[in-house]
Formats: sequence, C-alpha cells, structure tokens
Amino acid sequence: MQRIRLRYTKRGRLRFTSHRDFQRAFERALRRAGIPMAYSAGFSPHPKVSYANAAPTGTGSEAEYLEIQLAQHRDPQQVRELLDASLPAGLDVTDAVEARTSGLADRLQASVWELRLEGVDPAAAGQAVEAFLAAGEVQVERRTKNGMRAFDARAAVARLEASAGEGDRPDGNACAILRLVVRHLTPAVRPDDVLSGLRATADLAPPVPAAVTRLAQGLLDEETGAVTDPLAPDRDAATTAPPTAAGQSAAKAPSGASPANSGEGTA
Amino acid sequence: MPVESVFPRLEALLPHVQKPIQYVGGELNSTVKEWDDCDVRWSLMYPDAYEVGLPNQGVMILYEVLNEREGVLAERTYSVWPDLEALMREHGVPQFTVDAHRPVSAFDVLGVSFSTELGYTNLLTALDLAGIPIEAKDRTDDHPLILAGGHAAFNPEPIADFLDCAVVGDGEQAVLEITDIIRAWKAEGRPGGRDELLFRLAKTGSVYVPKFYDVEYLADGRISRVVPNRSGVPWRVSKHTVMDLDEWPYPKQPLVPLAETVHERMSVEIFRGCTRGCRFCQAGMITRPVRERSITGIGEMVDKGLKATGFEEVGLLSLSSADHTEIGEVAKGLADRYEEDKIGLSLPSTRVDAFNIDLANELTRNGRRSGLTFAPEGGSERIRKVINKMVSEEDLIRTVSTAYGNGWRQVKLYFMCGLPTETDEDVLQIGDMAVNVIAEGRKVSGQNDIRCTVSIGGFVPKPHTPFQWAPQLSAEETDARLTKLRDKIRGDKKYGRSIGFRYHDGKPGIVEGLLSRGDRRIGSVIRAVYEGGGRFDGWREHFSYDRWMKAADETLPAFGVDVAWYTTRERTYEEVLPWDHLDSGLDKDWLWEDWQDALDETEVEDCRWTPCFDCGVCPQLDLDIQIGPTGKKLLPLSVK
Repeated sequence: MQRIRLRYTKRGRLRFTSHRDFQRAFERALRRAGIPMAYSAGFSPHPKVSYANAAPTGTGSEAEYLEIQLAQHRDPQQVRELLDASLPAGLDVTDAVEARTSGLADRLQASVWELRLEGVDPAAAGQAVEAFLAAGEVQVERRTKNGMRAFDARAAVARLEASAGEGDRPDGNACAILRLVVRHLTPAVRPDDVLSGLRATADLAPPVPAAVTRLAQGLLDEETGAVTDPLAPDRDAATTAPPTAAGQSAAKAPSGASPANSGEGTA
Repeated sequence: MPVESVFPRLEALLPHVQKPIQYVGGELNSTVKEWDDCDVRWSLMYPDAYEVGLPNQGVMILYEVLNEREGVLAERTYSVWPDLEALMREHGVPQFTVDAHRPVSAFDVLGVSFSTELGYTNLLTALDLAGIPIEAKDRTDDHPLILAGGHAAFNPEPIADFLDCAVVGDGEQAVLEITDIIRAWKAEGRPGGRDELLFRLAKTGSVYVPKFYDVEYLADGRISRVVPNRSGVPWRVSKHTVMDLDEWPYPKQPLVPLAETVHERMSVEIFRGCTRGCRFCQAGMITRPVRERSITGIGEMVDKGLKATGFEEVGLLSLSSADHTEIGEVAKGLADRYEEDKIGLSLPSTRVDAFNIDLANELTRNGRRSGLTFAPEGGSERIRKVINKMVSEEDLIRTVSTAYGNGWRQVKLYFMCGLPTETDEDVLQIGDMAVNVIAEGRKVSGQNDIRCTVSIGGFVPKPHTPFQWAPQLSAEETDARLTKLRDKIRGDKKYGRSIGFRYHDGKPGIVEGLLSRGDRRIGSVIRAVYEGGGRFDGWREHFSYDRWMKAADETLPAFGVDVAWYTTRERTYEEVLPWDHLDSGLDKDWLWEDWQDALDETEVEDCRWTPCFDCGVCPQLDLDIQIGPTGKKLLPLSVK
C-alpha cells in the first residue's frame, strides 16, 4: 500500500470553496484521473484520503496538504500531474512525495499567512501591529456553533509584520500587507481573529474584507520564525532519490501521459 | 463592445454571505466564451437557488447545445439568496451570470426554465436586480428578450405581463431556431426594433408572444376568447418535439459543481414522454409521445459522462424508467460494466410491479438495500381507477413481499390527497394499505424491524390534463382529511409505530393551484407578492400563505374573481381555458372524454401495448411513438 502526500492550492475565486466542497471535488478528480485508490471497507466504501488542517472558507492558500492511499504503486509526480489536470484551475496540485515518514499532520505546527488590507495605510497598520505585539494578551470573540466564544489571539502569534503593498486598484489606493506566522494551537487562531485583535488593540478597521492567503505550513523554527516544508523529511528519507524537482518549482515532467479529462470515446 | 465582469464588486460581498462558492462559477465542464466573438448571447436562468438549479437537466442541455454553436454563447444565472440580494442592492451589483459574471442585462435573451410555478416571484427578483423593467411593456430595444420555457410555460398566462415570449415543449431545437432569427435580425441592423423581432418569432407558430394576443372576458369573469391582435400571428402556438433522442445526446459534458447540490450524479434521460395516462400527471400528458433513447445511446452517454465528471452515481431518468423496452438489459449491462468501479445506479420513478424488484436487486448488486419507493398515488382501488393509476392492492402486496423477501427493509409509498371525487374513506384506506404492507413484511422477513413510510402531497389540478376542469380541494379540507388519516395511523397499536407519516399542509397547494390554472389577471397578484417581499416560494421557510392571500384579496376583487374561483371551482366543457391557445398536441375533446371516464371510474390502457386511443398528439404533430426493443447490446468498451 503506497501513500502519497500532496500539496495543493486554493487560488482566486476558488478560495470560496469550503473544505467539504473540496473533498467532493477531490474525490471526483481521483476518479476522472483514474488513480488506483485504496478504499475503506464497509457498506459504502470510500477512497482513503486524509486531509490535514484545511484553510477556512474564503481564504486562499498556497499550502494545503493531504495524503492518499493507493492500491497500486504509482509515480508521485505522475499522480500530481494527473490530479492537477483533473481539478479545476485554482485548485492546483503543486507538490507530491511518497510518504516515508510518519505524522504529516504533526509537522503542520504553524502557518504563514499574508493579509492584504486594501485601503489601509501601511503606517497605521505598522502601529497596530506594534500595539498588538506589545500586548500580553488580546481577547477576541468569534461566533462558533455554540455561540460567541472569547479567547486569546496573542499567544499563538509567533510573528507579525506590516509592509506597504501596491494597491490593486487603478486609483492608487493605499494597501497594507501583513505577514503573520501563527502557531496551530487549540483553540485555533485564524487570520480573522488576529484582525479582530488589531481592531481591539489599535482600532484598525479595513474598509473592505482582507484578502487572506496561507503561504506555508510546516515546522516552526521559534528562533527565526521560519516555517519549513513539511514534505522535506519524506524527500530526505527517499534513499533512492526519485526524479523529483524540489518543492513548488517542480516543473511539468514530460512523461507522455496526457491529461485525463475524457478523450477516447467509443463512437 | 466588451462587457465588464461584475466579479471584483461581487467578490467584496462574498465574505458576508452563506455558501459563497455557489456564486463564483468555475464548475468543471463550464464554458466561458469571448463576448466579442459571438453575435447571439443567451443567459439561461433556473429561478431557484444554485443548489437546485445547477443539476437541472434542461438548463444543462441548452447551455451545451448553445455553446457548441459557433458565434453563440450561453451563460447561467440562478436566484441569489436574500442575504446576497440585500448586499447587491446596497452596493449596486446587478444580477450576474456565474460563468463570466456578466450582467444579465447585457445579453440578447434571458431564457428562464420553469419546472414549477413557485419560481415566478424569483423571476421578478432577478429582473429587478438585473435592472430590466419587470413588465414587458416597459422594456426598450436595449433590454434582453425575456423567454420562458419548461413545464410551467404550458400555461404562461399568469406571468404574461413579465414575459416577452415563451416556448412550449422541448428546447434543444427551439433555442437554435430562435438564435437564427435573432442573428438575422441583428445582422440586418435590428429593423423594426423589438416588436419586429418578436413578430418574426411569433410567425414561426411555435414561439408564444403574449403581447400579440388579447384576452377578452365575460361578465362573470370567465374568458370569452383569446385573439391575435396582429395579422400573421397564429391563433394557436404549437409545442416543440424532438424526435430522435440519440441525435441529441446531451448533456455530453455535465457540469460538476464545487458547491453541494440536490443531485450529485450523472443523469441520462432514457426516454422522454409517457403514455401511462395517469390523469393527474401534467408531465405525462404534455411530453407525449414516448421517445426512447436506444440502449447503445444510453451506454455511450453513461460512459462518456462518467469520464467527464467523475460522478459515483448514474441516474437513469424518465417519467417511468422501468418502462423502457430494454430496461432489464440496460440495468444489467451497466451493473456488469461498472461492478469494479463502485458506481451506483439509480432508477427514479418506477412503478409498482415485481419486475421492478428484480431491477432494483440488479442495481444494488454491490451495495446495500435500504429503501424502495413506490407511488400508488391513491389509497383505494376506486380512486386509483379515477386517476388511471392501474395498480391493485394485490399487486402492491405481492411487490413489497418480494422486496422484503430480497432483503429490503424499508418501503416508501407516495400518495396524493385531494384527488377528484375523493372522500375521507379513500384517504383513510392509505392507512390500511400501510398496515398490510408492514404485516406482509414481518411475515416474509420473519422480523419486526420493518418500516413503511407514507408520504402524501396535496393534489393540484394542472393545465393540459384531464383534471384541468376539476375542483381543487380547499386547504382546510385537505388538512382535515390528513389529520383523520394521521389519527388513524397513530391509533394503531400493533402497526402504528412502524409507519412513518409525512405530509404537507394544504396551503402551498392552493397557491400552486392559483398559479397553475391562473390567467393574466394573476400577474397583479404575483407582482404584489414580490413587492411584499415574496421570494423562494418553493421553500417552506420563505413561503408565506398569508402574503399570497393578502395580495390576492387586494388585487383580484377588481376583476370580480377570487382565489376560490381559480382553485376550488369546477370548470365546464364550454369554458375557454387560459391556456387553450397553447397547443400541447392533446385534443381537448379527448381530454374531456378522459375526464368523464375518470368520473365514471373507467381506466384507459397505455398505447404502447394497446391500440391508439386518439389523445391527438401523434397525428397533430405528424409523429409516432418511438420505442424499442432494438435488440442491440450495450457497446463493449474499447477503453477501460
């Protein structure tokens, strides 16, 4: 039984895909791509897929992870290409490795987020960040299934920096960009909780909803605040180095397999 | 001139609404064409929420048929939920298509598919959000044509004020013919404006343009006649009928949504039309004659569709799927072919007979046997003769006995309440039938955990059926009758706990009845309901009976009629019905005879295996039924 770990994205308008929506789309993509999946036993067998730590609906992501189990051995790069071709543009599969270590989920300790705040003055954002970081604790509230819940948004934040971004509107609007490194704790602190915290500590209120994107997930280096590639240990453990280009830069390997959308019909 | 996408403005609203994914498009197999490369542009609307509208086969078929044509583009639009509607109004975002997020007002045509009359208020919402005048008379040459289709379009009169035109019958060829007429008119420089275009469409004899017909009324409120007010416009508008389904294997590339929808499966229409002759069934009457897709055509559509979608379930659709002449071979062939692939097969709309249990067993060869659904429709033998649902209680018991014997544990039975000539006794017999089903199930299976669910809907008389003259049962009487049945079932000590009872109150049925058999005067009611906040009337949480009754009380007295006049009043032979000038192919005299037969409790056979009984469709349309068997086999697959 082979396990393959995949990194995928939620880009552009498809960031509004909920995790449940993604699961259905992914399982259909597996069928279209003809991936020889392992199935669970029981009345209604389903393909074995483990999802880890999905980004909230409405936030984009460059770094989502999941693991699939195959019934037959396949080249991870080929699986990546087939699935990428099979999924709608925006849900892109950007990396694949064969699992050779345990506990992918355990390695997802922290996330790097980018928050684009259109119409926010970068200097004001910088001051808000300073106030937030200076606070020992920042209580925020979020609506959950069980009503409003209050918790601290400060402790989970490992890094938070503000910089100036180019406004994406022609009128040259101000735009601040926040880079946030947040530890995965319980209760989970999401980017919007940090925004609530900035509003609570420094009255920072973006005029339009922030465009939020997860840039990375992985092990957190507490010293530098760096978040490292969670698939690296699997790559390192591969003794017989497979023909894999590292990380996201994996180019389209010309393997002769054509995209499996449909094709050979029986006329 | 390119049309700007409203997406950047919409995007800012999406974080504030429920299930934003339904508004972003990008479905697998969706199509976005260059605006400037096309000269005829359609927006297609299903006037309900995305989750209901997306899987609609009609819209999906037309979307693909139109987009396959060079120089033609089609995009889809659905009703937005009130949370987004409020934000769109606040921020000035117009009704948009989900494909390229273009404003609906920029297209040449807005084609709206009405499966049910309860979508009418949603049409008005969409028009208003689009910035298109709600009433056709206020539109200019710059506005799209508002075109209705779907089953409810067989009586478009209640929405005549809001429509420019309507098409009755199959849409595949019709949309292409309309496209050609629009293209020619535009190429000529739009001579004569909107009226000339509508006139050209009306002249074909198969596009209904309400404004070219005047309705005259009698002093008592009935219609005296409906007359064309312009020469060259036909007295009656005929329906479209596609004959060879194998020539129209659509959808070839079914849309696969990211959002969750009501049907998540690959659907193949295995035949169109039905001649069982159930007298309450509008679909069966207006879609005649029967036209089968061949076994090989079905096999190919399933194969290509599964490859294009990755769906795990195939639905073999029609009005009575087990009636396909080669259904046994189709079911076995598909079950064999996909045995390894964990593809589920489903066969909605099956009849009560033992053959269907064999079929059901075949379809669930690899899966679990949970529930089977049958629709006896009427509780007593007598009422089943009235509605021409030819199934005896012995048939039913024999069928469920086989089902329970084959490992099925739950049977669901569908019935209607409020059928013509119905008495309390007819309805109370539904309880007896359920008891007999449970008793048989316990006996055959030797177990007590047998369940039977009785599901009851209120009967609504529909245009172009033998019951179009029938009085509808009032909401109060419907509720009283169902309460008696509920008390009877609950009071049964031995079996009551094994019987599930589901029913709806009679009020929504009255509104549906008002809209189904309404005439142009109902338009004022629909408009008042819309202005009073009416939206999504097919959804219980949004539907308000009081809002409808209030609107009717305010507007109808001016015409000397009321809700009861439209619903619970029996019509006579002489009465001109609001939809008489729309020709479904059925001979009105035959419908009347069938109505008289119903009152005499006389049944009529199916013309597929008995001689023609002159319903009128085939000679009028110069057609014939098209059925197998072809004797062919499912294609062996060259690729696997």
